[in-house]
Amino acid sequence: MFGPNLFANYGEAVAVILFGIGFSNLLLQKNLIKKIIGLNIMDTAIYLYLAEKGYIAGRVAPIVVDGVQEVSAYINPIPSGLVLTGIVVSVSVTAIMLSLTIRLYRRYHTLDLDEISMRLKKEGM
Amino acid sequence: MNFIQNFPFFSIILSMFSGIVSSVLCPKAARWVNTFLISAVGIMSAILLGYLAQTGESYTYMMGHFPAPWGNEIRAGVLEAGMALFFCVIMLLSMLGGHKKLLREVEYSKHNLYYILVDLLLSSLLALIYTNDLFTAYVFVEINTIAACGLIMIRQIGRTIEAAVRYMIMSLLGSGLFLMGLCTLYDLTGHLLMSNIKESVAQLATQHEYTIPLLTTIGLISAGLAIKSALFPFHSWLPDAYGYSTVSSAAMLSSLVSKGYIFLLIKIFYRVIGFDIIADSKVINVLFVFGVLGMIFGSLSAIRENDIRRMISFSSVAQIGYIYMGFGLGTQIGIVASVFHILSHAATKSLLFIAAIGLTDVSNGSRKFQDLTGAGYRNKIAGVAFTVGSLSMVGVPIFSGFVSKLLFAEAAIGDNMKMMPAVIAMAVSVILNAIYFMKTVIRIYVPEHREDCQVITMKSEKVYAVTLICFIVLNIFLGMCSQPIVKWIESGLSMFG
Repeated sequence: MFGPNLFANYGEAVAVILFGIGFSNLLLQKNLIKKIIGLNIMDTAIYLYLAEKGYIAGRVAPIVVDGVQEVSAYINPIPSGLVLTGIVVSVSVTAIMLSLTIRLYRRYHTLDLDEISMRLKKEGM
Repeated sequence: MNFIQNFPFFSIILSMFSGIVSSVLCPKAARWVNTFLISAVGIMSAILLGYLAQTGESYTYMMGHFPAPWGNEIRAGVLEAGMALFFCVIMLLSMLGGHKKLLREVEYSKHNLYYILVDLLLSSLLALIYTNDLFTAYVFVEINTIAACGLIMIRQIGRTIEAAVRYMIMSLLGSGLFLMGLCTLYDLTGHLLMSNIKESVAQLATQHEYTIPLLTTIGLISAGLAIKSALFPFHSWLPDAYGYSTVSSAAMLSSLVSKGYIFLLIKIFYRVIGFDIIADSKVINVLFVFGVLGMIFGSLSAIRENDIRRMISFSSVAQIGYIYMGFGLGTQIGIVASVFHILSHAATKSLLFIAAIGLTDVSNGSRKFQDLTGAGYRNKIAGVAFTVGSLSMVGVPIFSGFVSKLLFAEAAIGDNMKMMPAVIAMAVSVILNAIYFMKTVIRIYVPEHREDCQVITMKSEKVYAVTLICFIVLNIFLGMCSQPIVKWIESGLSMFG
């Protein structure tokens, strides 16, 4: 079941492992900055997956040079386009997360989300 | 091509454009632009709904100059147009009802930012409803998340910022899973347009190829959207986010944002994977189990709560559980019940949130139950509205909640395996609902004369009173005229196929 398929697609396997690492960091870390790093690892893993899937060995980027016109000479550009769109999205959510972190840090002088919740409960409101 | 067919595109682009324009307007003008926008989109959706009901078939609309397998598409059927209309109505009423509170809770200089976020929220909801392309759906899911995060934290207190962080973390986990599922699906089928993916998936299913990757994909997409719409074990962010944000935000978050994701999930079930494959997969059983657990544990948490806004928020967890239980039944009638519950819950929950602030305002701003005693006499219209909302949530006839519970029960009886757990969970959940909602209703109608609290009459807050009356009428309309609405949902779902 695993054997040759796993070795042929080792790039995708690495991407999925990285996705798991990022996902669990985002979910389980207490420190907000580490959570954001986890988020970035998770997103980047998806782009690695897309890039791996989008590349076909022996073909080149779809830019016509030397007058080669056959479709079979090029790879599909859409996965690369998806990666670009995804990067834009993840940059914006990272920016929002960082700005929220700054706000919380200015108020509570800690990056530990659980401790912030404890203090909020003590405040009552 | 008929001119009316342009309306979905106009609605999306108009709401994005008004968001951009609002950034340079003064708050008052931004408010008028926002009100005008929501009404205009609502009217356009209503015209589109009429047109589609007349022609009786859906259509796809090419975005840009590239035809089907390459370009981007919008698709509209009766269900989509009706949902857009309904979302506009709820959004308009929520904005009207919460305006006074917004003035008090948010700095005046930030008001136009609030309207930008609402415009963006509307545009992303419309795009989620209308789009025919999965990657576009992903991008608008993220825009929806960002707008919702802004709506939570526009009121700058510690609780809302913490809630916004928790909301973002959970949402990003969900969208990570959703994006991964989407990429795997793209890898399996080679398409991003929903109708093309469906053909390829059907081919894969008949040839019994890639069954495990396909199952994983369905699981990833369902789990991602379930996390984003706060299905039971992932609801930790919900009570703070709904309980402390300004009331318009709370009403829109509970009745529109999470419903947008659920509607997208229904679309994916019908238009991307194909309902037969979904019904055969084991993923819906997982959704069923978590839905049933959510129905019971959400209500239990609500009973323990001593804060009226947080109690209403926990009740949302239970109602989302109902919707996922309907998915879990894996039958057409189960989905119809879920869609009806989306409508009924949206109408009822925003009513409850807006009525609750009327009650807390006449109790010196306190949200604790002991201070709410007799609040129903001090603000009569809010008391009546809260009672109507509570009765609807519990499932008393003539209100909308009754019809959705009836539909769920009918759907559950069709399934031998899941009938007992579904029906028992519904019975338990209804009793628990009755405990905490009736407790509140009795509390606000216990006569107590208090000198220190102000009294709000209908004349002193006209807009607020009119909003609540509209909500009550909407609720009773959903409850009394359920038959044509169920017919409309059924025809919309059959257009999906």
